[in-house]
Parts: sequence; C-alpha cells; structure tokens
Amino acid sequence: MRHALCIGRKEFNAYFTSPIAYIVIAIFLLVTGWFFFSTFFLLNQANLRNFFGLLPVIFAFVVPAVTMRLFAEEFNIGSYETLLTLPVRFNDVILGKFAAAVAFVAAMLVPTLAYPVTVAALGTLDWGPVIGGYLGAVFLGASFAAVGLFASALTRNQIVAFIIGLAICFGLTLVDQIAFFLPPAGSLVFSYLAADVHFQNIAKGIIDTRDLVYFLSVCFIGLYATHLVLKARD
Amino acid sequence: MIHVENLTKYYDDVCAVDQISFDVRKGEILGLLGPNGAGKTTTLRMLTGFLKPSSGRIQVGDYSIEDQLLEIKKILGYLPESAPLYHDMLVLDYLRFVADLRGMDAAGNLDRIREVGDLCGINEVMHQPIGELSKGYRQRVGLAHAMMNDPEVLVLDEPTSGLDPNQIVEIREIIRRIGKAKTVVFSTHILSEAEATCDRVIIIHHGKVVADSSTARLQETLGGRNQIHLTLAGAEAAAVQQELAAVSGVSRLDVLDPVDGAIRLVLTCEASRDPRAELYHRIRRTDWTLLEFHQETLKLEDIFRELTKEG
Repeated sequence: MRHALCIGRKEFNAYFTSPIAYIVIAIFLLVTGWFFFSTFFLLNQANLRNFFGLLPVIFAFVVPAVTMRLFAEEFNIGSYETLLTLPVRFNDVILGKFAAAVAFVAAMLVPTLAYPVTVAALGTLDWGPVIGGYLGAVFLGASFAAVGLFASALTRNQIVAFIIGLAICFGLTLVDQIAFFLPPAGSLVFSYLAADVHFQNIAKGIIDTRDLVYFLSVCFIGLYATHLVLKARD
Repeated sequence: MIHVENLTKYYDDVCAVDQISFDVRKGEILGLLGPNGAGKTTTLRMLTGFLKPSSGRIQVGDYSIEDQLLEIKKILGYLPESAPLYHDMLVLDYLRFVADLRGMDAAGNLDRIREVGDLCGINEVMHQPIGELSKGYRQRVGLAHAMMNDPEVLVLDEPTSGLDPNQIVEIREIIRRIGKAKTVVFSTHILSEAEATCDRVIIIHHGKVVADSSTARLQETLGGRNQIHLTLAGAEAAAVQQELAAVSGVSRLDVLDPVDGAIRLVLTCEASRDPRAELYHRIRRTDWTLLEFHQETLKLEDIFRELTKEG
C-alpha cells in the first residue's frame, strides 16, 4: 500500500511537471465553460444541469488523454523494466497510477467550482444536485480512468492508447442510445450498462447504491483487466 | 549467492535461452559475454524477475524467484540496458522516489543519495531533468539507482555501452570497488572489459553456455596456442616458408602482405612447445635481416571469436 502511494505521488507530480496537465485542464475548462455558458443565459435557470449533462461526453474525451501515458510511456522508454525490478508488486503499480489519474481528474474539476459559485450569485441554487454532480463526476472520472489505464497497458503508443480508451469510454457513455432499437429486455441491459444514465441519476442529487455499484464495478473490471494484460506480458 | 539451473526461455517458438546453469559466489564479479542476440539480456531479465522463465530454477540468496520474488527484489539492484529512466524527472527526485520505494526512511535517504551521487559522480547534475543528460550521465544515474539501497547483488546490463573511454574506466573502477564486498553480474560484449574487471566469465552463444571459467583459466585451457609474428627483410617468401614451416611446434604458417619489401609472417604454435629458439637459429644461418620477432598469447577476444563462430 505504501508503494502504491509512493507511485501515485510520483505520477501525480509527473502530470504537473510536463505540459500535459496544463493543456488538458485548459481544454477541459474551455470546452465545459463554453458549452455551459453559451446557453446558460438563454435558459435562464439557476442550475448546473447543462454542465453535468455534458460532462460524461467531455470526460470520454479528456480522461483517456489523462491516462494514455501511464503505461504506454513506460513501455516506450523502457522504464517499465526499471520500475518492476524495484521491490513493488503489479497491484501497487496499477493502484498507484490509478490513484494518480483519479486525483488528477479531481484536480481538473476544482476550477469548475467557479460555475456553481457564479450561478449562486445570480440566482438561488439548489446545492444538493451540485454536490451529487461533483460526487458523481469523481466516480465517473474514476471509472473512465480505470478504462483508460487498461487501454494504456495494451500498447506502447500513447495515441493508440488514447483512441482505444476514447472508444470504450464513448461507447459506455452512449450505449443507452441504442436501447431504442432493441426489445425491452435488451434495452434494460443496455441502459444499465450506460455510464451516462447512472451519472445523471447521481447528478440529480439521488445517491443510489445501484449507481455506485455500477461505477465501482467499472473501476474494478478496468483495473483487473489491466492486471491481466500486464501479467500476460511476460 | 546466485544459483541458476536449467534456465530456459522461449519467445513464442524462438528459444532465446536454452538450459543455462551457473552459480555465482558471494563477492564474485561475473561477466556474461556473448555476441548480440545471444541471450544475455534475457538471462539477466529472468534473474531480476522481470521475465518469467519458461522453465528452470533461479535462486538468489536464500530465496527462490517463484515464491519470494519480492524478497529478491529487495536485495538486488538492477540497471537495465541503456538505463531507461523517467525523462521528465529531476535526478534528485528520481533517486528519492527510488529510495522511497526501497523503503528507506526519509532522513537517511538524502545522505545515501549524496553518498551514491559521490560514488557515481552525478552530484553536479542532481537538479537536471534526466531527459536532458548525456548518455554517460544517464548511465551513471542508472547505476546510482541500482546501488541505492546498497544491494547484496548488483546486476548490470551493458553498463558501459555508449560511454567514452574515461567514463568506461571510471565505471569499471566502481564495479570493481563494489565487487569486493558484493556480488556483481554484468553483461558486456566488450572483451577487454570482461578481462579487466571480472573474476569469472561465462560466454553465451545462441542461448547456450559455451564457456564458464575464471578469466585466467579460460586463456590457459582454451587459448593453448601462441602466435609468433616475424618480419624479415631481404628474403624470398617461398624460401622462408620452406625453411620455417619445418620447425617442430609450428602448426601453421601464414604469409601476410609485405611492407616495404619485408616479408611478414604469422606462425601459430602449440603452447606446450616453444619453437622460438629453433626459429632464431634457423634464421641466423641465412642472410635475411630480422626486423621483428615477437610472441602473442591468444587473448580472450580470440577465444570468444573461436567459441561464437557461426556455423
């Protein structure tokens, strides 16, 4: 556990010593800010529904960009060998990197706290859904980070890792849209699989264990798949 | 200290390492020699637990690599080939990270970093990103990384590749110094390096051990031959050949290209017999002028070439 923390701290610092962090955060804030405020005054409602409505799709793009380097870069420069021959276990490495990615997603969300503060100044804001929304955003980010970590473990090319991660996250976000074309039983399965549906539940301010179980399952499956991929490398 | 038994590694169908067995005693410096692609790196990677062997046993200290890998990693320092390190990190940050992972306490680890930094000569680059260092400095940082916790066993994969001659001498010096108390295994394809540094060498070819003995003994047993170089002026090649090939003890005579009209010869002789006296007497009886006459013992380099010849 101590090892995981140590690796996590190193990875988190690594984000901020390279330009990646600043670019990703800037793009994230630009996109969310623009989509949110461009319609905010037209709708004339003091809530953040619009912001949270878009978040899963934006995360599907941004989180894989955050996680793409975690393993792919190590494989590419060969430092994976140096790291794994230090006294660490696979799981320490995976958990450490995962924790760093989640912490980074959380750090990325911090500047967006300016939105609810602004909105609260303009009208009466219901803080319940906002708190739920941020909690959900962290869970969503963690799930996508697990998926992105898995994608990163598959290849030594960061671009490939990004595209695989993006494809899976995007699929998970929008899978409920095809429920439309399926018989009722199938549609139920697909809407359960959709990250978007579970996230919107939490973002309404309803914290339901089913939604939390969903996100925790995605995290677990992503991390376990990463473990299997790394195991299969030797 | 290290016990390797029937170690085998297949990459898909390709056999990279084939039934290798060897032992390394405590306080010994072992050189792993072999041409490119012989299986040196694969062997070292299995030794450090980075790769799983297809079959065979490895034991380091009292630990077996299958069940006690973590214990082995704790007492083993490893420098992979070409020192792959995080490019974005500062040298100091990186070494602190390693010390942290090695479970060294925060107070002691700065002292240790300074000590290792002194030993490897990297104190002046401590605050530079690793990616900006020259190859030689990066190699030294890698060496510092491997020695961080004063490991019982040090495994180095081509530690001197890409260094300039001065740096090579320095690194060898470091290896020899560590080798007095610790066990060192390193791979190289530079023979003079193995000759200068190792107590013992193992030569690997196509994944098999083709020689395993102390550097001195290897030269005796496998060398077994001397070469005599002769340069004669005012002589006819045919006459020289006829005169000298008959000397007992000379097993082969090669005539090289003449230089300034002087004939150059290389005579290969068995080490058990010394034909020099007779050669000299025979030459003295003629009117040839003797310009050069010296003997060379077959070096590790020649032995290596002999053992790893293709086909």
